[in-house]
Amino acid sequence: MGTQSKDNPVLLRIRDLRIEGSSEDQWTEIVRGVNLTLRKGEVLGLIGESGAGKSTIGLACMGFVRDGCRFSDGSIEFDGIDLRKASRAEARALRGKRIAYVAQSAAASFNPAHRLIDQYSEGPVFHGVMSRGEAESDAVELYRRMQLPNPNEIGFRYPHQVSGGQLQRAMTAMAMSCRPDLIIFDEPTTALDVTTQIEVLSAIRDIIRQFGTAAIYISHDLAVVAQMADRIKVLLRGEEVEEADTYAMLAQPREDYTKSLWAVRSHARPEQPPVTDGTPIVSVRNVTAGYGQTIILQDVGFDIHPRRTVAVVGESGSGKSTAARVITGLLPPSDGEVFFDGGLLPPDYRKRSRDQLRQIQMIYQMADTALNPKLRIRDLIGRPAQMYLGLKGRALDDRVRALLSLIELEPEEYLDRLPSELSGGQKQRIGIARALAAEPKFIICDEVTSALDQIVAEGILQLLERLQSEFDLGYMFITHDLSTVRAIADEVVVMKEGRVVEQGPKTEMFQPPHDPYTELLLSSVAEMDPDWLTNLLAQRAAT
Amino acid sequence: MANIWRMLAQRLGLGLVTLFVISLLIFGAAELLPGDFAQAVLGQSATEETVAAIRAEYGLDRPFHTRYVDWLGSALQGDFGQSLANRKPVADMIGDRLANTLFLALYAAAIAVPLSLMLGILAALFRNSIFDRSVNALALTSISFPEFFVAYILILWLAQSGLFPSISRFSVDLPLGQKLYNTFLPALTLTLVVTAHMMRMTRAAIINLLASPYIEMARLKGMPPFRVITRHALPNALAPIINVIALNLAYLITGVVVVEVVFVYPGLGQLMVDSVAKRDIPVVQAVALIFAAAYVLLNLTADVLSTLTNPRLMHRR
Repeated sequence: MGTQSKDNPVLLRIRDLRIEGSSEDQWTEIVRGVNLTLRKGEVLGLIGESGAGKSTIGLACMGFVRDGCRFSDGSIEFDGIDLRKASRAEARALRGKRIAYVAQSAAASFNPAHRLIDQYSEGPVFHGVMSRGEAESDAVELYRRMQLPNPNEIGFRYPHQVSGGQLQRAMTAMAMSCRPDLIIFDEPTTALDVTTQIEVLSAIRDIIRQFGTAAIYISHDLAVVAQMADRIKVLLRGEEVEEADTYAMLAQPREDYTKSLWAVRSHARPEQPPVTDGTPIVSVRNVTAGYGQTIILQDVGFDIHPRRTVAVVGESGSGKSTAARVITGLLPPSDGEVFFDGGLLPPDYRKRSRDQLRQIQMIYQMADTALNPKLRIRDLIGRPAQMYLGLKGRALDDRVRALLSLIELEPEEYLDRLPSELSGGQKQRIGIARALAAEPKFIICDEVTSALDQIVAEGILQLLERLQSEFDLGYMFITHDLSTVRAIADEVVVMKEGRVVEQGPKTEMFQPPHDPYTELLLSSVAEMDPDWLTNLLAQRAAT
Repeated sequence: MANIWRMLAQRLGLGLVTLFVISLLIFGAAELLPGDFAQAVLGQSATEETVAAIRAEYGLDRPFHTRYVDWLGSALQGDFGQSLANRKPVADMIGDRLANTLFLALYAAAIAVPLSLMLGILAALFRNSIFDRSVNALALTSISFPEFFVAYILILWLAQSGLFPSISRFSVDLPLGQKLYNTFLPALTLTLVVTAHMMRMTRAAIINLLASPYIEMARLKGMPPFRVITRHALPNALAPIINVIALNLAYLITGVVVVEVVFVYPGLGQLMVDSVAKRDIPVVQAVALIFAAAYVLLNLTADVLSTLTNPRLMHRR
């Protein structure tokens, strides 16, 4: 966010870029005439939903296309070099040395076979920038600047020995190793918890400022991009929607599509009054559970009433999903009980009656892997209806059709499709229909919107809400995303390291005074204010 | 490292148990062969009395379990008993032959393993090119023909012209160069037979990884294709490759009877087949046990090497 960057010479100029991807022997255009100008030391944010072509454009800035894609038109000029006309060797000489890349999942993008410092040194040594010895001491220096713990030692670990947030910082350090002119950040914090995200964001911002590096920052999260970028470009299906200075863009988006991206975050349903009497549909009491010797949950307890949504929030590893496994009986607790509608549930699902099993259903984060790819929609939804309710023939068919209508998918069109013939949001809807098919009273939603774009996620949340009031369902909503909590929850349970830190009605939770950990979580959610990160860091430094 | 030693001890223990079970199977299987040594030796002149006399002489009339325990006890001390056919100690008969077999196996492996690794890497590097296709086609052709056929083709091309001998004269006191020259054709035959499998596994294991994000990362760091494959893909592909190599090495030790016969090479395989024909059970048992031990040992080595190449197993969190 160099303020003087407006007068700097142009570093990267992309004109009418067109890229095609092949699917089923046909070439379709996935980037459709994008222009882009980036000056030295400037940070440009690219934002859009999945399929907008963000990553493809980011890679194109390095003269790189993925296998199965090809440049079809346009020019990419980096510091006077035409990357489309450059030979492979010329392009390779730039990659890593003058243009570097930071990938979304550092855990997958570090080679599991080599130590971090070997991977750090590879680029500078290969490109002839430094000797091996120099590169190693430089690595330690940059690890220090990226605020990694034990900078002297951490490079000698293998990727699997380092946490996700630390790996992401190590990857940024690696991208810096040759002191490039430009770094492409491709969703570098999307896979991280909010609290970790802040650390990584501030480390990235500091280091690109220190070295005056230009950057392209790709994300689907507008609030995050706003912290990092001088300018923002909004993309939709491979085309530019609009581009503007970050402050101007946030204050007055011009295009309808951009406004709709903004609006998603403002959805919130009115909170239902807390239930004080009556039997909770599910009650978890003093549960302690774990795997083998490791204890994951410690003395956890909360109630969920019919027609209410309880959001269980916390960072990865806080025990949210383990709590769900205890309720479903997949993981019998070592201590404590789970009650359903006032009756004690057997700890092991194998000991539960078919009716008890029917009452508690789950919807999963990855609809992709939760649906059997070989079964047609008819069978995916039909099975539970057949198994739990004994429906057959015509009745079963009618039921499946009714369920499809409920989730707003046209039965005629979708009955005989395979999961692979559906979009991400549609798959998640099938996941919902499958849970509903059993006619449960209680549904556990495990990060059901985390893998979806904001607009699609919004549709899923509204559907869940409608179904809740229609069928008097109780929801346990596991999520790490606090804006989702704000949108759907009636009550909130905050978990940390296997314990419940705080719980209560949503409005109370979002208002001070908080437990310090809740406070940390809440304040870590990026806001639509370009100065949010700066102010927050200043605030935290002051206290 | 403590982990590795523990694993090694564990696997060795398991290997010994396996060998024990196999020894039972071998001994039992020999019992099941139709006819026995006495009948085979006497042939047409077998009367009940002569057969019984010979059985008594060789202790074949004792019950199964006592013979097994005796046999195992002395086998553990390196004494595999006496050949029934010529009364020589089995250990003596096997000793030279085992050395010969190991020599030929090592010779073939020394050509085949580097060759197939190199071809596999190059095929992965130039995947779907003419080079890749022709290497694959050649490898598949050579593996599809029966060994004796490959052997005879080689004899036709390389021995008839007098380039290499078609009979592999072999003795311990020949100079190494002479040994290598004399046994070149059987080694080449074996190489052709085992290369395809290892080469294709190398190629497949590498290509399997090329879609990984860390491979894309290496390319985005400006690394050239050959380095991407050897430094970034290969180290992660080693486990399946090592296992296939181990299986093929085991085959080189135990499965080469046909090639030995064609080239009249004095190896263990020929000895085994001859002894089966003569019902010379002690020799058959000893050779089978050696073959089993080779399999167990090679698989053990493959397991340990696969572990050593996997940082996730070597360096705990």
